[in-house]
This record gives sequence, structure tokens and C-alpha cells, in this order.
Amino acid sequence: MPKRTDIQSVLVIGSGPIVIGQAAEFDYSGTQACRVLKAEGLRVILVNSNPATIMTDPEIADATYVEPITPDFVEKIIAKERPDALLPTLGGQTALNTAISLHEAGTLDAHGVELIGANVDAINKGEDRDRFKEVVEAVRGKIGHGESARSYICHSMDDVLSGVEELGGYPVVVRPSFTMGGAGSGFAHDEEELRRIAGQGLTLSPTTEVLLEESILGWKEYELELMRDHNDNVVVVCSIENFDPMGVHTGDSITVAPAMTLTDREYQILRDIGIAVIREVGVDTGGCNIQFAVNPADGRIVVIEMNPRVSRSSALASKATGFPIAKIAAKLAVGYTLDEIPNDITEETPASFEPTLDYVVVKAPRFAFEKFPAADSRLTTTMKSVGEAMAIGRNFTEALNKALRSLEKKDSQFDFATPVAELGDKAELLVEAERPTDGRINTVMAAIRAGATAQEVFDATKIDPWFIDQLFLVKETADEIAAAPELSPAMFAEAKRHGFSDAQIAAVRSLREDVVREVRHALGIRPVYKTVDTCAAEFAARTPYFYSSYDEESEVAPREKPAVIILGSGPNRIGQGIEFDYSCVHASFALGDAGYETVMVNCNPETVSTDYDTSDRLYFEPLTLEDVLEVVHAEQQAGPVAGVLVQLGGQTPLGLAQALKDNGVPIVGTSPEAIELAEERGAFGRVLTEAGLPAPKYGTAFSFEQAKGIAAEINYPVMVRPSYVLGGRGMEIVYDEASLESYLERHAGLIEQHPVLIDRFLDDAIEIDVDALYDGHELYLGGVMEHIEEAGIHSGDSACALPPITLGGYDIKRLRASTEAIARGVGVRGLINIQFAMAGDILYVLEANPRASRTVPFTSKATAVPLAKAAARVSLGATLAELRAEGLLPAEGDGGDLPLDAPISVKEAVMPWSRFRDVQGRGVDTVLGPEMRSTGEVMGIDSVFGTAYAKSQAAAYGALPGKGRAFVSVANRDKRSLIFPARELVAMGFELLATSGTAEVLKRNGINATVVRKQSQGTGPAGEPTIVQLIHDGEVDLIVNTPYGTGGRLDGYDIRTAAVARAVPCLTTVQALAAAVQGIDAMARDEVSVRSLQEHARHLVASRRS
Amino acid sequence: MMTTSTRGATGTTAEPALLVLEDGRTFRGRAYGAVGETFGEAVFSTGMTGYQETLTDPSYHRQVVVMTAPHVGNTGVNDEDPESARIWVAGYVVRDPARTPSNWRATRTLDQELRDQGVVGISGVDTRALTRHLRERGAMRVGIFSGGACADGEEKLLARVREAPAMKGADLAGEVATRQAYVVPAVGEKRFTVAAVDLGIKGMTPQRMAERGAEVHVLPATATAEDLYAVAPDGVFFSNGPGDPATAEHPVALMREVLDRGTPLFGICFGNQILGRALGFGTFKLKYGHRGINQPVQDRTTGKVEVTAHNHGFAVDAPLDRVTETPYGRAEVSHVCLNDGVVEGLQLLDRPVFSVQYHPEAAAGPHDAAYLFDRFVKLMEDQRA
Repeated sequence: MPKRTDIQSVLVIGSGPIVIGQAAEFDYSGTQACRVLKAEGLRVILVNSNPATIMTDPEIADATYVEPITPDFVEKIIAKERPDALLPTLGGQTALNTAISLHEAGTLDAHGVELIGANVDAINKGEDRDRFKEVVEAVRGKIGHGESARSYICHSMDDVLSGVEELGGYPVVVRPSFTMGGAGSGFAHDEEELRRIAGQGLTLSPTTEVLLEESILGWKEYELELMRDHNDNVVVVCSIENFDPMGVHTGDSITVAPAMTLTDREYQILRDIGIAVIREVGVDTGGCNIQFAVNPADGRIVVIEMNPRVSRSSALASKATGFPIAKIAAKLAVGYTLDEIPNDITEETPASFEPTLDYVVVKAPRFAFEKFPAADSRLTTTMKSVGEAMAIGRNFTEALNKALRSLEKKDSQFDFATPVAELGDKAELLVEAERPTDGRINTVMAAIRAGATAQEVFDATKIDPWFIDQLFLVKETADEIAAAPELSPAMFAEAKRHGFSDAQIAAVRSLREDVVREVRHALGIRPVYKTVDTCAAEFAARTPYFYSSYDEESEVAPREKPAVIILGSGPNRIGQGIEFDYSCVHASFALGDAGYETVMVNCNPETVSTDYDTSDRLYFEPLTLEDVLEVVHAEQQAGPVAGVLVQLGGQTPLGLAQALKDNGVPIVGTSPEAIELAEERGAFGRVLTEAGLPAPKYGTAFSFEQAKGIAAEINYPVMVRPSYVLGGRGMEIVYDEASLESYLERHAGLIEQHPVLIDRFLDDAIEIDVDALYDGHELYLGGVMEHIEEAGIHSGDSACALPPITLGGYDIKRLRASTEAIARGVGVRGLINIQFAMAGDILYVLEANPRASRTVPFTSKATAVPLAKAAARVSLGATLAELRAEGLLPAEGDGGDLPLDAPISVKEAVMPWSRFRDVQGRGVDTVLGPEMRSTGEVMGIDSVFGTAYAKSQAAAYGALPGKGRAFVSVANRDKRSLIFPARELVAMGFELLATSGTAEVLKRNGINATVVRKQSQGTGPAGEPTIVQLIHDGEVDLIVNTPYGTGGRLDGYDIRTAAVARAVPCLTTVQALAAAVQGIDAMARDEVSVRSLQEHARHLVASRRS
Repeated sequence: MMTTSTRGATGTTAEPALLVLEDGRTFRGRAYGAVGETFGEAVFSTGMTGYQETLTDPSYHRQVVVMTAPHVGNTGVNDEDPESARIWVAGYVVRDPARTPSNWRATRTLDQELRDQGVVGISGVDTRALTRHLRERGAMRVGIFSGGACADGEEKLLARVREAPAMKGADLAGEVATRQAYVVPAVGEKRFTVAAVDLGIKGMTPQRMAERGAEVHVLPATATAEDLYAVAPDGVFFSNGPGDPATAEHPVALMREVLDRGTPLFGICFGNQILGRALGFGTFKLKYGHRGINQPVQDRTTGKVEVTAHNHGFAVDAPLDRVTETPYGRAEVSHVCLNDGVVEGLQLLDRPVFSVQYHPEAAAGPHDAAYLFDRFVKLMEDQRA
């Protein structure tokens, strides 16, 4: 049956900001879906608060609402746009939950909106644990396979003890019934633990009930991705096997596609169960993923869960197979059946088949525990990774080694250089390997090198023996590399076959990497490039989606047009996220339009850049020098190469620029020398001096004595950081000599290797970010962003407004002049981002990055100008004047002279606090600082600042309260600025709670506040609760808590962690409070409306003309 | 945990091996399984699971199977999964054989099993390049040489490959079929008797019928109509098997007798081609065949798509767009492969007769087409009523 004719418009809900567990994969899925729907002639209405997405580009949908994804806002959009249908399965849990809320509130019915892609009952069956158990039970009844983990309900300790026998012994999982957030649950390995945990659980449970569940820890874990159409055709797109056995969240596991250790009989049983589950749940026009645990001893299968929507795994499966799940899900949702949809890759065969792979895919997670030193780094069933890398090889070892080096993290690759004697004790390494952590696979390898047997490794880790053997194979290959008399073709053949990099070979042989490479090239040993084609070469592939392998035959076809090779940004991590992918994708689009053959290199499966549809050619490869050089070589063999574009993918490609150039690779845009000029402090200082621009005083210290002297000269507070890192890692603000000494002690060992940079900390300064384009002659000021938080908070973590809300024409003029002077001095050809601080009347230059910044997508959306596209063109030689004439840039004016009635956009950062617990299980602190820790961002856009700010908060953390109780407790230095916003809060009907000091100040200013007890004071004599208890009890609606200047920035820790736990809005700066007050006020007057980016852009264009 | 060789999956310790195609292209690798030489028709199979079933499928007789999935042997070998009593493939080409199998049912390694059964293989070759070559040039003769067999120069080896018999025109069913009739008892209550003509039958096929209450009498390929009807069958089955259907004169004649009598009839694979020929359609050799477990087949009566297991190098030439008059009444194409429009099933509209080109018994492969056995059962029920 072809497309439905009764649907003319569809509302698609995106997934909002990037958070742990919900990342760029939903931009990839959503973008595919929107494009498909639009191509089908439907009017596509999109809502997503995340500006750093391709899907929110104005050309992807017909009406793009960058508005909070809350039922209230989505209802406004529905009321305005009157869509026929709502597609909620492509925006992760956020979209699904919002759709369910809208359904339950009757909004969808009231507006006659049909839910497509999955019905409410199917969503509930898939999401509700108990109902899903019933589904599994029903499936077992029908096909005789599949079950849920066995469980036993107990009401007494006798029940509990007999329950254990019923379940076949220890360990068991104890889950008290009806406790908040699973409190009191745990693993019991013996009777003593059982009595303790279950005893406590029976007490904790309001119904004196605990559920005992058999433990499936250590079982093999699998996932299937399925799709079903309304004609009941079902296909299994991909099977995925977890390298880490049960107990580690699949998002945190190393995963492998296809499944490696199943016989056909066992695989077909999983497939049968999967198909029966998708039918039973009732997903009838879309996809789902189903997770299974398989007992390695007897093959018993437990169905763990299913997601009735596209997911991170489906994005991975799409990239792993070339089968675009989201795209096809969108087509199924509007009425097509699988056999009516062609397979993009072969073009000749239909989508109603199951991809077959002739390669192996390995995905490895990227963690950011270094950013959260207090967080417990043990991997559990709660996802903690912030990104992932995928690699493809012709066998597992090749794919694994490529994946590990794609992580681009120190120590992520296997280390064969450290002598065995220094690895540590085998037994200790095995004990360490028992505990799943970031990098456990390296610990396992160390244990193997230290002499562990395969059986010992299995006993410690329960990793499947086949995978363990593959690790032995890698280790034996390393031994062979070491033992080879010389760098021979035979040695290279073995090493490369198993994925060893030149750097690894060099380390084993104590050589330089470039020497190894030179020898290899001299021997004519280079990788070939194979195609991901969905069908193991059974049919010819039309889509050049490549991966490297050391095999015989290459499939790269010759071409005639000049190619531009765009380097992506690799795995998402804090500080380098989806924003950079956005810029790379834009470059690809713009350069494709300008007549170049676009070639993308990246290894992040979540992204739009690694969609085979984005560029003319896609190389799914690690972003290391070796891998990039080989891609460049392959493309140079295929046809002319105009150059490599490094400035859009963030620090990763930028870091390769010089080495690529040294290897004779043409770099387009800003030269590596210019990049170096901006990054090297001394050289950059000279650029500033020449331009007559002030930078805050700084110094470099190699000892405490030196540091003390410099700090005294600069004046406290000062900002200290190690000199070798970017992104704020290890950066701190110190207020006095004592804390400086403590900082240096804590980072002992640092000084010997790298000096410490000491900068003047501009207290109370306004921080400003500028994105600009420079073509060598002319400057285009993309946008000027004024930070809401004061200087000292990492720009990635602070909210900002564009156009700036307190800067005048004179300030902008100065910013423009300074930006131009720096761009010229550095030699920028393309984008530059500069951070300024305005303290008093002096404009300081904090830092300049001659590349696309994190804010490019935000700036582009706020000003309706595609900056990254323009930057890509400038890099290839176009002038700004030409781009203005072409219409890519506005004919006149720029982002620095926006009309007065231009909309105001506010960017807010989204923090991952709620994901992390310390080892005691307490939350981690939420205070912002100079080290970036946000995972994503949202944008609020409206005609006035207050509303835009309120929208940004609603999008990031949930709506600001319109009334209720506000708790205020601020540092002394903030007390003065508190008075006006506090008065406003009272005027708007808030009841104020405050700690004694703050209350006193308020009272003296005529503002009444109820004094509440501090946590340190404990509960009062008459049982008066502390503020923390009040927050936990849900008695507080808004929290304002600024950390104290000197000493304990940790004061208020309990307040802030409680706020996170209860999801109460928590403002940690007075600037944010002032903005919030404006927002609450605007919301109270119900002036909040929704407007699409297309409408904003039309308004802006019209306004510029008049 | 079992461990075989101590070194790399490419088997650097194994002896060198050479694969020579009849058009002169060669691939170098290492010996896998038995050392020696072998000849056959090079075909590729795209299944990612089920190597044990593939190896023991009699339809692969005289074929050298190239596995497109790089890792083979990961789950070792067990005694439950073979489709017949021995490995039938003439040679085996893989990229990365497993060193340590991992599966609770495994009792030995695949490498050992191949050696025990004297099957010559080669590992470490670019199987994708080989597959692409076969896709573009079509299935062709091949030789694998390892150990001392490599010693002759490539030219000599090529000449020997070209001397080997071709698949077109080969009559092989007799070589793989049982010599003696045997009975697969019904599981549970016996409801029907099926006479199954073994042209290279897979073990799972009578099993699927037995599960549905049929007592299956598996008869040699040489069986006569008297032999068939001696068991008083409720239905007759023609199995899969190797070779060119154009040479299958005896089975075609036998089937015509069954058609004359109007006994419910079901054919799979070779059986489908026999039915095609019995009805007067032609058969032809596909360029490189269908071999895999992911093939989309549409049931033209319901419009539904099933994902199916295939292993066929020949196909029936019947019109897709109309019903054809045959000596046995009207016939139509019931199933078609959506990848390339190849006929995947036939049915008679006036007699209880149908067949499919693919493998509903699905070993290896998905179980989507299991309903066809129910359809056969239904025909037998209806006939009885």
C-alpha cells in the first residue's frame, strides 16, 4: 500500500539538548526523517530546542520551532500549525514522553492530531516494566521461547530465604517495592548480604515487600534492531553483541556487529522472539530494539527490554549496515511498506531484506570521568559515557584496534611498549579487571601480557572466550612485531591485518611513528578501501561509503571533480560535541553546491556527517594522522584533491593540521602556522601587542615560588591551569596564596613536566564571545554573544544572549575593530572565535580560536546566516563580497549590527549532574567553574530577553516556576545584586526562604524572608527541617544559591545536589537570577508565544531592509 | 574452552595455499582444513550464521563455497546442527577462521572437522574481492591447492581447473541421495504419510513435516512411481539437491506421474525446478545464484514479504504476469524474489500442487516461510476430506 493520502502535515519532535544517553544520534535520525517526509510532499513542522542540530536548519523542515520540548510549548505549536499527525518515535525518550503527555492531556484528540509511528498502547507496553513482562509471557506462550528474569515476591525473611532456593541460589537482586528511585535495591551474594539488604528492603518498603530476582550478571548480552510495516512484514536489520557481559549499560559497553558467538539455531530463536515481541507490543509502522541476555552455560534466553522507537543502537545499526532505519521508519509511518521502499545503497533491491555484513563493526564508548573526579567510575546499568566511536574492519581485531584509536584518548589503545615487568602483578590485574570500568579492556590486555590464561580472564570478567581469544591474538601479534628481525612485509602484513597502527608498531619497536610509516610506504603496504553495501557484495553498491582494511582489492572509484576532504570531530566528548559536526555537515553541503566532490572522514556513528547521504564520499575512519594520510592518498589516486578542511571539526582535526601539512597535504583555509600563532601564548601575545589590544596579565611558573610571585604581581583572584591542556581541564580560580599552594600540591608532578599558567581572573567582568569570518580583506562579524554568568565560568557552560543585551554601539565597534585586528594578525581564512572580557571599561582579549567554535550553530540560527557554509567557501578562496553577491551572506550588514527589533536568542548549557554519583552514592556538586562540564545546549528565542531566557530555562531544565517558594542564599559579594531581583520575586507572589545571613540583608532592605535552617545546623529542636530536607520534601520551587568566593566553593553542595535530585530549578549566579526574574515576569503575563525560525528570519530580513 | 592452533587467524603456521579461478585470477592464502587439492564450482554464500548447516547441505555438492562473512568457526561444531551425515562442499574459502570456538554446544573445532572429513579449504584470502569477481563474471570453476599441491606453477594448476567438469549439465542428485529408503517418524500422533523423493534432502526438511504429524518415507532419487505409491502417501515431496535440473529426466518423469494422479505435492528448491520442467517451463542457470539467508521473497497471493534462506544456482523460467495453461491445468508463479524478480515458487490452480525455490525448512536461516509446511498439510487434509 503506498503513501497515505490523509496526512498532509506532520509534527516531528526532536530530542532536545545533548545529554548522556540521548545524544547526536537523534539529530541523525530526525534529520533523515524530516528530509524523507518533506520529499514525500508533506508539510513538516519540527520542534527541537537544540540549535546545534542539522534538523533545526531552516531548510530541513517547513516550520522549525526552536522552542522548549514541553507539553505546554508543543501544544502551542499544535494550536498554531494544526498538523494532521505527530511522529514521536525519532526524538528519543523526550519526544516519546512528550507525545504521551499530550495524548493523556487530550491535546492530540482536541486538535485532531493522529499519533503515527507507534500507538500509545504500543509505547506503554514497551516502556512499562510490568506490561512488558506480560508481553514476554505472551510471546513464550506463542512460540515457546523467551522469558523475563525469574523473580519471587517476598513479605518476610522466611519468604526471602526460600525465594533464593526457588531462584536457584546466589547471587540475587533484591528490589524493595514502591521505594523512590529504586532505593534500597542491591545484589546479595550470600546469606549475610541477603539478610542485610532484604531486611532493610522489607523495612523500607511501604508494603513490606521485596522482589527477589535472579541475577543475570555475566550473561552474554545481545541486541536486535527490527522494523515492521503495517502489512506485518518484519525485518531484523542488525544483531549486536556486547563485548562486556551483562551488568554494563549497552551504551557503556564495547559492542560488536554482527553477533559473533551465536550459532544459526540460537540466532534464529532470538530473531523469532524479536519478531513475536514487536508484533505483541504492536509497533506496526516503525522500528524497535530488543535486548536479550543469554546464559553462556546453557543458552537460556532472557528478554530484557525493548524500545518502541529509534534509539542510539538503531543509529549504530544504521551506520554499521548501511540500512537507514530512521529514514525507513519515517516512510513506514506515512503508509509505505518495506517492499515499496528501495534500498538506497543498491538502488535496485528493496528495503524488505536483512542486511548481511562482510566486515566487523566495533563501537567503543568515550567517557569523561576526568571532568567529574568525584563521580564513581564503575560502570553499571546507568549509562555514563558521553560519546562513542565506531570502527569497521574486515575482522574483529582490525575493527577493535581502529575503534580504540578512534577514541582519541591517551591510553585508550593497547599498550605493548611498557615492559611486562612493569605492568603489575597478574593476580592484581585480574582482580582489577573484574570491575567494569572505562578502559577495562586495557586492564585485561595487561593481565594477558602479565601471563593470565584465557580461563583466568574468563573467570574474572565473563567476557566470551571467543573475544578473549581475539585479545590473545592481538597480544601474540604484538609479540611477533617485537620479535621480527626487521620491519618486513610479512611483519607488516600480520600487524596491519590485526589493526595495529604505525604508532603502535613504532612503540613496540622503539622507533618513531614516521619512520615506521616511511618503511611501510617504501614497501608499498597501504590499506585498501572497501564498501559498506548492506549485502556482502551480492549486488553492486551505488553509495561510496568506505572503510579501510589491509586486504587485497580497493573499491575507490576514480573521479574528475576536485575533492575537498573534510575532517570531522570524532567521538562526542565534553567540549567537543555535535556543534562541530554541524559545521562539518554545512561545509559538505556548501562545497557540494559549489561544485566540489565532498569527502567526509569521521568515526562518530551518532552524527549526521557519517550519514552516507551527507557527502559525496564517506570514509568511516579514525581521525589519526596515519588514517587521514591514507585517506588523502587514496583520494589523490582517485582524482584531484583541492585540499583538506581542518577548521570545522574542533580541536581534533586542528591538531592534525601541521603534521598533515608537513606530510605534503594541502590544508585549505587558515594555515597551520596561523593556527599555531593563535594557540601559542607568546606568539599570540605579540599579535595582540601589535594590534594594541590588552590581554589580562599572566605568567608562567615552574615552581610554587615563581607562582606566588606572579600571582602577587597580577593580584588575586587568579586563574591557574596546566599549560598543556585546552577546554578548561584542571583549571581553577584561586583567591589567595593558601589556595594557590593547595592547587599546586593537588597537581603535584605537573610542574616538573609542564609549567602552570597563571592568569588574572577578571572578577565581575562581562564575558563576550564573538564568531567572525575573515577572508584576508574583509571581516564579517557573525554574532556577538554576551554571557549571562560572569567571567570565570567556562564559556561552554555559561548562558549567553545574542544580540548582546547590555552592550552599546560603541562596544560593538570596539569588538569589531579588535576582532578584525586579530583575524588579520593571525592570518585567518575562514572562521575565528574570540573571547573577550569587559572589565570596567577595558576590553580584554582572553583567547582566540581560528576555527569553527561551539557557538557557530547558535549564532547561525540566531542571525539566520549559515556561517559554517560561508567559512567553508572562504577556506576554498571565495571572498566575502562574492558570498554576499551570491546570497549566502546578507547583501549588507552583519551579525554585529542587527536591527533593534531583531529577536533575542539565549543559549543555555545543559549539565549532566544527575547522571553521576560518588562512590558513596551521593550526587556530585553542580557548581559551574572554569572547566567545561556541560554535555549540550538549548536555545530560547523570542522578541524580548526575559521570555527568551525563560524559554531557554524551560528547554534546559523544565519551566521556571510562576509562583511558590524560592530559597535564596548567596555569597557576600552577591548580596547587593540580590536585592532588586528578590523584591521582584516577592512582587510576583513568591514566598522567600533564606539562610540567616541572606535573610538579614533582605530584611534591612524591606524584603521579608522566612529563615530556614542550614544543613550544618541540623534539624531544629521542634523538628524544623533544614533547607535540604525541605528541598527533598518538594517544598521548594526555585533555588538561588551562589557559591562563596573564598575557601569553600563547596558550601551549598548539599543544597545543589538536592536540587538536582528533585529537579528543582537552581540558579548559581545572581546574573542568572536577574534574567530568570525577567523570564518569570514575562511568563506570568502570558506573553509567551511560539514562532518558527523561518518566521524569525523573514522578520529579520524585512527589518534589515526597512 | 578449546584451543586449536596457537597462532593467528590467518594461520601463519599453516601451509600456503592457492585458489585458482578458471578465468585465471588467483588468490593466495593459507591452508584451512585438509591439506591437498580440490575442484568445484566457485559460489559465494552471504549467511552470517549457519556454516555447519551450509557445509552439510547436499545441494553444495561439487561446489567450493566462499563465505562472505569473515569470521567462520566461532561457535565450533556440534552434533545437532548438520543437515546430513557429512560435509558436502567440495572446498571452503574463508577469511578469518576461529582459533577458539565458543558455544556451550560445541564439541570440536571446525578446522578439525574439515580435516577429519578431508575437506580442503583456504583461509586469509580477500573473500570480498573474490565475491565481487564472481558477481561480475558469474559462478565458475575453481581449484584450491595447498601444501605439496601448490608446487606446480600457476599455469599448470589453471589448466587442471579448466579440465574439471562444469556445473551446467551436471546430474548430481544420484550422487548425494540416499541409496536406501528410510522413515522419519511423525512427532506425536501420526496424521499423514509423505513420500519424499531424496534428490539431496536436508535433514531439517522431513523434520519440519514430522513435527506436523507426517510420517516421512525418504526414498532414493531412483525411486519409481510404484515405490512412491507403495507407501500409500497422502502427499509426495520432491527435495532440494545439486546439479542442473535440465538433466533431471527421471525425477521430471516421476513427478509427471504424481501430477497425473493428483496427489498433493510439494517441492523445495530442486523440487521446484523439477515441477517447472514437469509443467513445461524451462530452467536456466543464474549468473551467480542466490546463496544466503536474507533474501526477500514475496508471497504473491498475500503480498507479504518473507525473509528466506536460498541456495540455488538455477531457476525456473515462468511468466510473472499471467496464468499459464499446462497439461495439468492452470499454473502461476506464487512467489518471487524482490531483489531480482526470479521465480521463487509455483502453484497449480486446479490441483493440490505447489513448490518453492527457497528453503522454508530454514537450516540455516530465518523461519518466516515455515507456513509452507502448514500449507502442504492443509492440502493433504483437504484431499482426504
